[in-house]
Amino acid sequence: MRLTQEELHAALVERHGADIHQKLDRASVGIAGLGGLGSNIAVHLARLGVGRLVLVDFDTVDVTNLNRQHYTMKDIGVPKTLALLEQLEEINPYLQYEPYTERVIPANVERMFAGCDVVCEAFDRADQKAMLIETLLERLPDTVVVSGSGMAGYGSANAIRTERCFGRLYVCGDGTSDIADGVGLMAPRVAVCAAQQATMVLRLLLGETAP
Amino acid sequence: MKVNGEICTCEAEMTVQSLLEKRGHDPQRVAVEKNGQIVPRARFAEEMLHEDDVIEIVQFVGGG
Repeated sequence: MRLTQEELHAALVERHGADIHQKLDRASVGIAGLGGLGSNIAVHLARLGVGRLVLVDFDTVDVTNLNRQHYTMKDIGVPKTLALLEQLEEINPYLQYEPYTERVIPANVERMFAGCDVVCEAFDRADQKAMLIETLLERLPDTVVVSGSGMAGYGSANAIRTERCFGRLYVCGDGTSDIADGVGLMAPRVAVCAAQQATMVLRLLLGETAP
Repeated sequence: MKVNGEICTCEAEMTVQSLLEKRGHDPQRVAVEKNGQIVPRARFAEEMLHEDDVIEIVQFVGGG
């Protein structure tokens, strides 16, 4: 079945309350990287009913992504933006989705993420995380950044936490588990980190600034 | 000066770059804020530090 916009709206208002629903509906959030973190964050934010989602990734779904990323076998070879969009449309087709199938470089950050209240950094490589955060904080003075750093392996999920590092930068993760050390990424901890990022986004959109 | 909340001695002619090197950070994997303002990587080598500066360094690890 397919719900009408009015039916879905009523269900969200019933769960979240009219005030919260309105705030989330008017919000705009960017997600840079649609891998383990980004695909899971996007699903959370679509369920919350965040009104506008900017989804950016240059890559296609690979068989090695299925151990942790929110895709299935039928998505292999499909651009992550499109594979994710298909899922999000099933969750809530009435949100505004803005997919960009391109690589994020300093020169296109402003064009893609302008107008976003919050941007989630969800890249894989540490140097790319640093590049994006530096560019966002420098070029978009009204945007808050929520980053993920340290979620590999099978250490305690309790080690993954959210910290406010700069005035406009929150970092979720254990801060130390590095894929460069040969520790693999596994679904549960990646999902915990993604859920912490999504939670911080939700808090920020509702006016809460404490991590 | 203060680095990540701890009082540190600011050496003569110290830049963001030399502070990072001294602390063993890879400049490609950090974000640095000086007195509440982001310092772009391109300016690490020329950004001078002074005794009253407040520096925040975030080091990132890979995985996502």
